[in-house]
Amino acid sequence: MHTAVPYRLELEGIVKRFPGVLANDDVTLRVKPGEIHALLGENGAGKSTLVKMIAGIMQPDAGTISWNGQRIEIHNPRAARRLGIGMVFQHFSLFEALTVLENIALGLDARLSPRELEARVREVLKQYGLSLDPHRIVSTLSVGERQRIEIVRALLLNPTLLIMDEPTSVLTPQEVEQLFVVLRQLAQEGCSILYISHKLHEIKALCETATILRGGKVVAECDPRRETSKSMAELMIGASLREINKTASRQHGHQKLVVNRLTLPGHGHFGMPLREISFTVRAGEIFGIAGVAGNGQNALLLALSGEAPAEDADAITVDGERVGRLAAKERRLKGMASVPEERNGHAAVPEFTLADNSILTGRDRLGMVVSGLLRPKIARDYTGKVISTFSVKALGHASTAGSLSGGNLQKYIMGREILQKPTVLVVSQPTWGVDAGAAAAIHQALIDLAAAGSAIVVISQDLDELLSLCDTLAVINEGRLSPAMKVAEADIHKIGLLMGGIHGETQQEAAHAV
Amino acid sequence: MRFKFEKRPEASTAMLYLTPVVAVIVTMVLGGVIFSLLGFNGFGAVREIFLSPLINAYKWQDLAVKAAPIIIIAVGLSIGFRANVWNIGAEGQYIVGAIAGTGVALLTHQMSGFWILPAMMLAGVLGGMAWASVPALLRTRYQVNEILTTLMLSYVSIQLLNYLVFGPWKSPTSFGQPQTVLFSSSQALPYIIPGTVVQANVIVTLVVVLVAWFVMSRSVFGFQIRVVGSAPQAARHGGFSADRTVWFALLVGGGLAGLAGILEAAGPFGRLVPQFPTGYGFTAIIVAFLGRLHPAGILVAGLVLALTFVGGEMAQTTIAFPFPAVGIFQAMMLFLLLAGDFFVRYRMVRVRPQTAPAAASRPETA
Amino acid sequence: MDLVVPIIMTLIPAATPILLAALGELVAEKSGVLNLGVEGMMLTGAVVTAAVMLITGNVWLAILCAALAAATASLIFGFLTLSLSANQVATGLALTILGTGFSSLFGQPFTGKAVPLFRSPFPPELATHPFWSVIFGYSPLVYFSLFMVVAVWWFLQRSRPGLVLRAVGESDISAHSIGYSVIGVRYMAVAFGGAMAGVAGACYPLMLTPQWVERLTSGRGWIALALVVFAAWRPFRLLAGAYLFGLVMTLEVYAKASGGGFRILPSEAWAALPYLATILVLVLISMRRSGSTSAPACLGKPFVPTT
Repeated sequence: MHTAVPYRLELEGIVKRFPGVLANDDVTLRVKPGEIHALLGENGAGKSTLVKMIAGIMQPDAGTISWNGQRIEIHNPRAARRLGIGMVFQHFSLFEALTVLENIALGLDARLSPRELEARVREVLKQYGLSLDPHRIVSTLSVGERQRIEIVRALLLNPTLLIMDEPTSVLTPQEVEQLFVVLRQLAQEGCSILYISHKLHEIKALCETATILRGGKVVAECDPRRETSKSMAELMIGASLREINKTASRQHGHQKLVVNRLTLPGHGHFGMPLREISFTVRAGEIFGIAGVAGNGQNALLLALSGEAPAEDADAITVDGERVGRLAAKERRLKGMASVPEERNGHAAVPEFTLADNSILTGRDRLGMVVSGLLRPKIARDYTGKVISTFSVKALGHASTAGSLSGGNLQKYIMGREILQKPTVLVVSQPTWGVDAGAAAAIHQALIDLAAAGSAIVVISQDLDELLSLCDTLAVINEGRLSPAMKVAEADIHKIGLLMGGIHGETQQEAAHAV
Repeated sequence: MRFKFEKRPEASTAMLYLTPVVAVIVTMVLGGVIFSLLGFNGFGAVREIFLSPLINAYKWQDLAVKAAPIIIIAVGLSIGFRANVWNIGAEGQYIVGAIAGTGVALLTHQMSGFWILPAMMLAGVLGGMAWASVPALLRTRYQVNEILTTLMLSYVSIQLLNYLVFGPWKSPTSFGQPQTVLFSSSQALPYIIPGTVVQANVIVTLVVVLVAWFVMSRSVFGFQIRVVGSAPQAARHGGFSADRTVWFALLVGGGLAGLAGILEAAGPFGRLVPQFPTGYGFTAIIVAFLGRLHPAGILVAGLVLALTFVGGEMAQTTIAFPFPAVGIFQAMMLFLLLAGDFFVRYRMVRVRPQTAPAAASRPETA
Repeated sequence: MDLVVPIIMTLIPAATPILLAALGELVAEKSGVLNLGVEGMMLTGAVVTAAVMLITGNVWLAILCAALAAATASLIFGFLTLSLSANQVATGLALTILGTGFSSLFGQPFTGKAVPLFRSPFPPELATHPFWSVIFGYSPLVYFSLFMVVAVWWFLQRSRPGLVLRAVGESDISAHSIGYSVIGVRYMAVAFGGAMAGVAGACYPLMLTPQWVERLTSGRGWIALALVVFAAWRPFRLLAGAYLFGLVMTLEVYAKASGGGFRILPSEAWAALPYLATILVLVLISMRRSGSTSAPACLGKPFVPTT
C-alpha cells in the first residue's frame, strides 16, 4: 500500500459559458501523475474549451483547479507553461512565414540564444526519435512535420502534463504509431498526458483512463482497456447506435462521372498540383477519396466544382458530356453539385439569410433569377422545403447562416444541394465538426440520393466515415490518386501506407537532409 | 456589477439605423464642446452649421445643389465598397468626367440643339469610366491594390485639368484668366424651378438613387456585389466572377463620378476652372459610409453633408467661424459612425459573479 | 558632372519624409495593421512643427510635439480598429480627413510665415563644401532617418520583441494562443507609425519648404504607403525605394529650373510624374512576384480574442 499521491491535475465544478451555449457544465476531471488520460466526446461536447482553460487561454466562470494538490488559478498561457503544462493544439499555433526555430522560440518563455536553442532542439529530437530541420520555413513543411514542431515546443518545457488536442486527425496510421511510442515514453518518465480525441480504437490502444463529455457535462469515467468501442461510443452519443440503413447490394448503373487524367497546376504559392487523377463513378455508387489533409483534396474539389476549370475538356465527363472546361455555373446547369469543406465563407455566406444562400447555388437550376431580376419568393419557398425536409433547427428562411450551429448549417447546405436533385454530387468533409445526430442524417441523405441514381463522391479525412458509407475507395496523396478498390475488400494497413505515400520514404529523406 | 461585450448572433438592425443618427447628434454636441474649449464660439458654430440652413427656406436650394454631386458619386462608391472594391480616387474620375464633357462642349460651342447637353453628359460618364478602367485593369491583371492606383490617378487628373485650363483650353476672351469659355445656353443645365438656382442635376440625382436602389435590391447584379464583398470564395463557388465584379464596381463608380463632374461643370460652374476640384470625391466617401452604403441612406446623408457645407459658409460670414473646421465636423461624424458600428455587432452583457452556475437567461442592455 | 552633387543634395532631403513615414507604416503593417491615415498624420506633424517653431523657436520641442500629436491621432485610429474592430480602410481615411481638416484649421494663423530651417549639425567647412556636403550637409532629420532604417531592421530581424511583432502580424490567433497580447503589440506599432509620420511631416517646414501652407504634403503620404509595398516590407529596400522617388521628384525641380524640361513636357506633366511613377512601380513589383506575396498574413484583418 502507498500513501495517497495527490492528483497531478484536478478540476472540480468547472463552468464556462458562451453566448447561447453552456460549453462546460460542472465538469470534474482528475489526472494522476504519469497517467495517459483520455478526454472523450464528439465535436461540440466541450473538450477543447475545457482544455483551453487548463492551458490558460481562457478563464472558467466557476469551479476550481488544483495542481499537485494545491489550489491554483491559471491566468494566462505563460503561467500554465511555468507550471509545466505543455499543449499541442489541434489547429496548430504556428507562424507560416517564420522558421522552425523562430516558431519554437516564440513558444518558450526562456530567452535562449539561437545557438543554444538549436542545440536543445536537436537534443529533444534525438531523445524521442523525431526528425525535423530547424531552419526550414514552416509553410514548406508537411502537416505531420508541423505537428512535430508543436510537440518539440512542448517537450522543451520539460512538461509534467502534456495536453494533446485531436493529434491524429492529420496523421497516417503509421505516424500515429510513432506518436504513441513517444507518448508512452513520456508517461514512463512521469509526465501525465491528457489525450483528447473522438477516435475510440486509438484511445483503447493508448489510454488507461477516460473521462467522457457530452453536451458540456461529464457523463462517465471508465477504463478504455476494459470497455468496448461500442459502449464508449454509446456513452459519447447518449443513445444506442443505429445501424445506417444501407441496402445490401446497391445496383450500380452506367458510368456517370468519368475523371480522366485530370491535371492542374498548383493554385497560389503553396497549392497542391493535381497529377493525372483518374476515377469513375457509376450511377448509384458512392465513391470515397481518403487522405491526410493537405494532399490536394481542396484542389480536387475546386476542379470538380468548376471553380478551377481544367485546360482539357475531356478531363471530366458527366453522362458522356465533356465538362472539363466549364465554369461552376455551367456545371450546375449540367446537373453537377458540390459542397466544399469550409462551411463559413465558402459553401455559405455567414451574413446572408438562408434564403439568400439558396440563391447562391440554386438560382440557375431552380428559376430564382428571371431576366436578371431575383424572384425572392421562389427562394424562400425552396429554403422552407430544405429546412423541413432536413430538420434544420433554424427560425426560418430569414435566419442568417452564421446564426446556425455547425451541424444545422451543414444539414442545410447538404439539403440545399441534394434537393436540387443533382446527377453528380461531390462533397468534402461532409460531417466535420458536426454532432452525431446531424452526421447520421447527412449520411442517410447521401445514401438515399445514391439510391435514387446519382453518382456521389465523398472526400474525407475520416476513414471510418468512408468505410461505412462508400462502395469504392481511393487514396489521394501529393495530388495523385491511387487505383480504386472495393471497400468490402479493403485492407486498412494498405490504405494507411497509401495515405503516407507509396513513395513515403521521400518525405523522410528530405527531413533527414539537414 | 461588471459588464463585458459579446458578439451578437445577428447584426442588430435597430443599431444599424440608429448609429448614423446618433453619430450626427454626438458630433454636434462634442464639436460644440471642443470648439468652445478651444476659444471659438462652439455652440454658435453648431447652430449655424447644422440648424440655420434648415430654418432658412431660402437656403434649401443651396442644399439641393450642393448635395446633388455628392450623392451621385456616393451611390457609385457604395456599390464598389459593398464589393470590397475601395475606389478612393473618385475625385479624379469626377474631374476627368468634367474634362471629357467640356471637351464635347468646346467642340460644339458654335452649334445649338437639345442633343448637345446629353452628349456632354454621356462624355462625362465615359470619361469617368475610362479613368476608372486603369485601376480595374491593374487590379484584375496584376493584383495591384486599387486604393493606391485610384488615388494616384486623382492627383494626376488635377495636373491634367491645370494643363488644359492654363493651356490649350484657355478662353481667348478671358483676358488671360485660366478658364474655358462660358458654356452656351445649349450646354448649360436648365433651371427647373424658376426663381431658384435649382438645376436639372437634382432630377438626375433622384433618378440615380432610384435606379441604384432597384438594381441593388432586386437584381442578380446587386446580389453578386453583396456576395463578392461578403465572402469572395463563396462568390466563386456560386459561379460569380470576381474579376468581372471588380470591373463593374469600378466602372459604375467612375461613370457616376464622371456624370457628377460634368453636371457640376455644366451647372453651377458653367465652365471649367482650376478651382473645379472641390473635394467632393472624398466627401462622397463619408456620405457613402454615413448612409450605410444604401441609396436611400446616402440620399439623407448627402443632404446632411451638404448641410455642413452650406452652414459652414454661413458660419464664416455670420460669426467668423473658420471654414476648414467643417472638415473636422465631417471627420468626427465618420469616426463616430465607425465607432458606433461596434454596437451593431456586439452587445453589452452583465457578468454574474462566480457563484453557483445557473443556465437562466441573462439581462442585456443595449 | 556638375549636377551630381546638387541633385543628390536635393533628392535626399526630398526623400526623407517619405522614408520616415514609410518606416513607421512598415512597422505597423508588420504587426498586421493597415493605417491609411499617414497623409493626415504627416499634415498634423507639419502644422504642429510650424506652430511650435514660430512660437518658441525650439526645434527639438517642435519635433517632439509633432511626433506626439501624430501619435495621439494614430491612437484614435488604434482605438477604433483594435478595440472596437472597426473597418481599417474606412477608419484610416477618416484619420486622413481629420488630419487635413485639423491642419487647415490650425495652420491658419501661421500660413506663409517663414520657419527657420533645421540645418546641418556639422561645421560649415564640411557642410557647405562643394564635394563633402554630399555627406555632411544635411539636416539632422536626414541622419535620423538613416539611423532609423538600421534600427527598424535590427528590431524586426534580430530582437525578441521584433520577432513577437512579426508573429502577431503573421498569425494573430496563434500568437494569442501562446499568450502574447496581440492588441497591445498592435497599439504600440500603430503609435510608432504615428510618431514617425509626425516627424516626417516636420521635415517639410524644417527642411523643404520653410513655412506652412495648406496641403503642404500634397499626397506624399500616399506615396509612402506605396513604398512599403514596393519594398516588400524590408527596411533596406525601403531606403532604396525612397531615394528612387526622391530622384523622380528632383527631376521635376530641375526641369522647372533649367526651363529646357518644359520644351519636352509641360510643367504639369513633371508634377504628375511621381504619382505615375508610383503606379508603374506597383505594377512592376506585382509582375515580378507573380503569385507569392510577402505581406504579413493578417494585414488589415481585425482580431477579436474569444475569451
